[in-house]
Amino acid sequence: MDTLLQVLLDGMLNGMLYALVAVGLCLIWGVMDVINFAHGEYVMISMYITYWLGFLAHVDPLVSMFAGGLFIFILAALTYRLIIKYTIGKPPLSALLATFGLAMLLKNLCLNRFTPNYRILSDTWLGDRTFQLGAIIVPVPQLVTALLALAVIGLVFFMIRSTRFGWAVQATAMDKEAAELMGINTERIYLLIFGIGGATVGIAGGVMPTYLAVHPEVGTMFGLIAFICVAMGGFGSIPGALVAALLVGFVEALAGYYIAPVFKYVAVFGLYLTLVLLRPRGIFGW
Amino acid sequence: MALLEVRDVTKKFGELVANDRVSFTVEAGAIVGLIGPNGAGKTTLFNCASGLYPVTSGKIFFDGKEITGLPSWRIARMGAVRTFQVVRPLKDMTVYDNVLVGAFLHDANTARARAAAEESIRICGLSEFAGKVSGELPIGVKKRLELARALATRPRLLMLDEVMAGLTSTEVKTALELIRAIRKEGITLLIVEHIMEAIMPIADKVVVLDGGLKLAEGPPGEIIHDERVITAYLGEKFSRRMQARKEGKADG
Amino acid sequence: MNKTFRRTDLLWLAFTGLIALAPLVPAIGSNSFLMHVLILVMLYACMSQAWNIIGGYGGQTSFGHAVFFGIGAYGAGMAVVTYGLPPWPGALAGIVSAAVVAVLISYPCFKLSGHYFAIATFAIVEIFNRMFLVWDWVGGALGLDYMIVEEGFANLVWYDSKTGYFYCALTLFALIFGIVRFLEGHRFGYYLRAVRAGQETAESLGVNSTAVKLSAMALSAALAALCGAFFVQYNLRVDPAMVMSLDMSMKFVLVTILGGAGTLAGPLVGAAVLVPLQEFTRAKWGGLGGGVDLIIFGLLIILIVVKQPAGITGIVRDIAKRRGRKAAAEKGGASLGTA
Repeated sequence: MDTLLQVLLDGMLNGMLYALVAVGLCLIWGVMDVINFAHGEYVMISMYITYWLGFLAHVDPLVSMFAGGLFIFILAALTYRLIIKYTIGKPPLSALLATFGLAMLLKNLCLNRFTPNYRILSDTWLGDRTFQLGAIIVPVPQLVTALLALAVIGLVFFMIRSTRFGWAVQATAMDKEAAELMGINTERIYLLIFGIGGATVGIAGGVMPTYLAVHPEVGTMFGLIAFICVAMGGFGSIPGALVAALLVGFVEALAGYYIAPVFKYVAVFGLYLTLVLLRPRGIFGW
Repeated sequence: MALLEVRDVTKKFGELVANDRVSFTVEAGAIVGLIGPNGAGKTTLFNCASGLYPVTSGKIFFDGKEITGLPSWRIARMGAVRTFQVVRPLKDMTVYDNVLVGAFLHDANTARARAAAEESIRICGLSEFAGKVSGELPIGVKKRLELARALATRPRLLMLDEVMAGLTSTEVKTALELIRAIRKEGITLLIVEHIMEAIMPIADKVVVLDGGLKLAEGPPGEIIHDERVITAYLGEKFSRRMQARKEGKADG
Repeated sequence: MNKTFRRTDLLWLAFTGLIALAPLVPAIGSNSFLMHVLILVMLYACMSQAWNIIGGYGGQTSFGHAVFFGIGAYGAGMAVVTYGLPPWPGALAGIVSAAVVAVLISYPCFKLSGHYFAIATFAIVEIFNRMFLVWDWVGGALGLDYMIVEEGFANLVWYDSKTGYFYCALTLFALIFGIVRFLEGHRFGYYLRAVRAGQETAESLGVNSTAVKLSAMALSAALAALCGAFFVQYNLRVDPAMVMSLDMSMKFVLVTILGGAGTLAGPLVGAAVLVPLQEFTRAKWGGLGGGVDLIIFGLLIILIVVKQPAGITGIVRDIAKRRGRKAAAEKGGASLGTA
């Protein structure tokens, strides 16, 4: 029983991290119907930023995650300006293929500069801290990440639902041309949505080196899992992506513990296939 | 014998009833017009008959065999082929290749299919456009492409969905001649049409739909006198004009 | 107007004939680096052409071809390593299994649209990758290493000279490009392009689009498996990371996109750009400059997708068109002048 609770807690905490990574992708997908394949590479770059700031200047991830957020905001905005903008109106998977090119570029740039070595940041504020809750052990860094995820997702959700900017975003997502006729600068909306989507994933990547090793390949799996969460959650639905991310976290933890670690992704991807074939538009989609 | 029989077909989209227990027949060798005001359910009925939509209830028979619920490609293979009101060229393919796809239906042999495609292109007056990419053509040419492509399949029943809408009066004339020529080849035609003047002179029978219901079915001469059709759709003026024209012809 | 035979066919035949003479060139010889590059260009061209059937002509962007490639590779590899047989029966079994797996996977996945289909195929690659990693029967994470066997066509293995591999690759090239060229001119090819251009329209003309897509997928997977079998014979080892990875899947897609999807020449053009880039940068910088080729390749992909989605063949066609127009304009101008 205690083991089960422990496994479920780990799954939930991991799920929250996935949700934090996925929310930006979800935003972009929902508003622009674009899959950004370099999303995972944004995670990786932000992790490197935190790592180098920590390693060279002893800045803690909890501080440097804001630097990561800002940097990825700019990187994502550039991605939109230089690449995505030109794929709109082209064949459906153009943006996906172009951003796959970008992902290759970024991943191999880091491989080239930083070598494929795994790098671990030590002496962080949260470090390996844990506390007992009955019989289960709660890791503090993961818990903080989960709370951060809740805060960021809540903020994004609030921004879309309840601000003037959010209404403009919703209008753009529903009908770009109509929004333009209403005087909304959709070009600017797209740019900001890409930037904000990037910033959230930058924050995710910024906090991760507290408990995860950094290497050029680290982003790929996070990217894939984020796609799955968003696709499972349903066309750009933020609550859907959150639920899907938690589900992925639980399934991954349960399969990893009760079957074999190597099967955890088999279970996750299997879950996606089953769900999407039963409900082709996702849990919350139509 | 009826080549196509629609029996008690009802089609609902949620609460909206687009076709309400519609029945009619299309006799082999005939030209049958399907008319009615906008929103009468003509195109929906067409989509049901060609297998694009499943019917809510009722049955459809082609050549004595039930085709209700069959996929559209299967119905096409049996020999009932349609065109689309909103033209659907296979955009990145040339006019020639579009028609060739149709021609492959009755003959898998490339050389013979090519010959059939070329004939169809010639009949429909598309020869000068054969090498053009179909997505970039003017609308009148795209309409003719729809027809050429369907014709190339060598159908037994050709279902035309407003092929004459949006054409100039000269083009309509050419289209009518073409339709007559097609009938001479022994192909049965079911034509959804909006332009009364176009359909009335060539049809052997007219089916009138209004608000999803069948209002009347009969030869054009009877239909133009049908009280319900006149009040619902044609209007007094049209009826008198058609009558006058007919009498004028008889005199001459 | 008989277009079953095209003038470009002669060019292709001449090209293939010319390539067949390559081992006679002293600089290429039997075991040079150039020879290696030539073999890989042909292999990549074949892989991309296999993908092109369903991905280019059929318009179903599959990111799952590494699975079929891997099944073919494992088929041949297991015949040799596990059962001590020649690779042929294993390759055949791999080809058939790949086609079956392709149909089983595609049947439900074809119902998904756009991004959902793409992500589903990614997921399938990951699942197969993990399964093969822990599956002892296929050698698990360690993979299969070839022992020394007798050289020659029977075992499809050569140690000192690459000439044998070269002619195998050339045969593969002639076979796969020949098949696709044949399809281009026949009903199946037209139906496939019709389904890509408009599924409902195609169906209204009697095309069973599901059957067309599934058979295209099966053929595409079978040919990818055949390439996989050659790949393992050439490398003399196989493991899941080599053949069943997302990166491998993407190579099928990106080489074709780079060259021009849905065209006969596209896969060859893409491979002729990518393989030398990959092999020469690796030879120059070795392990130190890791990833330079992929950095350049990534940049090329971005440029192609943004600037000309029809790929390099599309760019060439555009240039040719512009030239033609210019020539016509000059001619027109001249005739006006004389008038």
